[in-house]
Amino acid sequence: MADPKNLNFDTLTLHAGQKPDAAYGARAVPIYQSTSFVFQDTDHAAALFNLERAGHIYSRISNPTVAVLEERIAALEGGVGAVATASGQAALHLGIATLMGQGSHIVSSASIYGGSHNMFAHTLPRFGIEATFVDPRDPDAYAAAIRPNTRLLYGETLGNPGLEVMNVRAVSDVAHAHGIPLMIDNTFATPYLFRPFEHGADIVTHSATKFLGGHGVAVAGILVDSGQFDWEGSGKFPTMTEPYDGYHGLDFAEEFGPGAFIMRARMEGLRDFGASMSPQTAFYILQGVETLSVRMERHVTNTREIVKFLSGNEAVAWVTYPELPNHADHNLAMSLLPEGAGAIFSFGIRGGRGAGAKFIESLEIYSHLANVGDAKSLIIHPASTTHQQMDAASLEAAGVSEDMVRMSVGLEDVRDLMDDLGNALRRSQR
Amino acid sequence: MELSVDGRKVFAATGGKPFDPSLPAIVFVHGAAADHTVWKLQTRYFAWHGQGVLAVDMPAHGRSEGPPIPTIEGLADWLIALLDAAGLRQAALVGHSVGSLVTLEAAARHPGRVSALALLGCAVPMRVNDELLSSARANEHLANQLTNAWGYGRAAQRGKNTVPGMWMMAGGMRLLEDAGDGILYNDMNACHVYEGGDAAARNLTCPTLSIMGERDMMTPVRQARKLAQQISGARQVVIEGAGHIMMDETPDATLEALRDFLPAPS
Repeated sequence: MADPKNLNFDTLTLHAGQKPDAAYGARAVPIYQSTSFVFQDTDHAAALFNLERAGHIYSRISNPTVAVLEERIAALEGGVGAVATASGQAALHLGIATLMGQGSHIVSSASIYGGSHNMFAHTLPRFGIEATFVDPRDPDAYAAAIRPNTRLLYGETLGNPGLEVMNVRAVSDVAHAHGIPLMIDNTFATPYLFRPFEHGADIVTHSATKFLGGHGVAVAGILVDSGQFDWEGSGKFPTMTEPYDGYHGLDFAEEFGPGAFIMRARMEGLRDFGASMSPQTAFYILQGVETLSVRMERHVTNTREIVKFLSGNEAVAWVTYPELPNHADHNLAMSLLPEGAGAIFSFGIRGGRGAGAKFIESLEIYSHLANVGDAKSLIIHPASTTHQQMDAASLEAAGVSEDMVRMSVGLEDVRDLMDDLGNALRRSQR
Repeated sequence: MELSVDGRKVFAATGGKPFDPSLPAIVFVHGAAADHTVWKLQTRYFAWHGQGVLAVDMPAHGRSEGPPIPTIEGLADWLIALLDAAGLRQAALVGHSVGSLVTLEAAARHPGRVSALALLGCAVPMRVNDELLSSARANEHLANQLTNAWGYGRAAQRGKNTVPGMWMMAGGMRLLEDAGDGILYNDMNACHVYEGGDAAARNLTCPTLSIMGERDMMTPVRQARKLAQQISGARQVVIEGAGHIMMDETPDATLEALRDFLPAPS
């Protein structure tokens, strides 16, 4: 039988978007630390500015080093293109600003990163964009919350911090029945564990700061377009289907077809809002992406060991991880995330807030900080930190309890991690 | 813009400028199960450099109404009817793959209507792999996968797109997936059964350019050269490293080959 022989995932993590440098043959991706790029002549310059030809003009809009990262993540997610941004929050904002303006509405999962919740609940309303929060486990709730002005459904592959597993197919069916795209934050899973576009999602965002980089040295984000959404058929997205005066009447869907959304995000969003990624940051994130597969595999095996260890510890009141049979989304996780349900999970310590504080302060290898997805193991108390701005009702809706501790399992020798946890748990109960 | 050909709606992109039939015209014809967007990095340039541009969607492709036309000869006559609908007495034709056969046949049948002809990824006979043809007939996803994998050159399959941040392999796949059932088969079969290519080549009277991709697996250079050698005075350009979909893989080299060939507007 004929074989298309497409390059496989692990090969793409190392090669997609790059060929050895034409000038010197550099094998690694060179850092093009240049704000701007020389034109061949005046005609070439004018053609680049008018999107008659493609190429780099100014690093706020595109840069050769950043473009390698963008193309590589697009390849790994299976999307038509990507735009790298200054942070994951910048990617989320760029996606929203590209899709809609004032008078629009978003239906979002209630169990999302606290910063994204802030943006939807408190900041976007100042710009005339409202949001309704729903239970991510309930596709019918998404459907019920849709209004005539709804322009986006949103959720995270794995909810934060409760690890609700998003039924991406069911929610994308709801979205598409209403002519609306579904955007998924795939940060916790990475494309190694889950590729939302294969399940009907239309747009993906990442905080590349996390597992994609993996080393915790650079804040970064990326927005990826599946190219699957039918903007013309929907009729709800004039930014994609009507002439744009910002480029002499350019109609993005007509001109760029499946690439309409991501082209608009770059040519308008980076040009005008400017939350671009620096080439140095792209280089850092690329170093991480090259080892994504081997790292994620180890993250998952370590997590499974730690979850087992904590589940049998007397000082632990409960453990939430989608691979555990008592997790509400266990079956969905087994079906959608066969390679692993990520390396982040939560648990509760007997003795409440005081014991939790003692536990965290007794850890020696784990780092107490506000991040996840580092090669090093991390730990935090969400109610007092990442989700601090939420009121009691929002905390409950997001599944954040007072005794909850969130852990991001790193790549250390798991025996050392278990020793550290065992010692700290003993101290927490004294 | 929308035109009406044989009573059916036809869409043609105009490169971002209103179409002016008084300008020298270039008509672009896409390949199998594709649409006008494959020409995005050539059409805008010509439209903003004094040419009238029409990048057509063939019947039942892109934004044009069906039904599809199943033969190269039928599509060639349709293309000439489209020139009539657009008010063009004469135009330069640029065709890719199945579109190149359509433009070749149109130029041979209607010599007075074609001022110049550029054939991209063109060879005759354009036989299609049996397995690809049968999977296309069955509307199997395998047909899209094979078309994409054999269409893009191996270099393009690792990326480094001229358009920053774009992953060409997914872009090509989305176009194939967006085509309706039966469209890929219609186009592939039209190529497969077309027998008139050699005669058409020998009958051409207009200036002709053949653009070939050095790593083209669908219409290899060796076969494309055989066709070009039958065309009186045909110019040949081989784009280094390119596969079959050169206007996407190597948009600048493709544009420059076309720009050097097509008469500059006065």
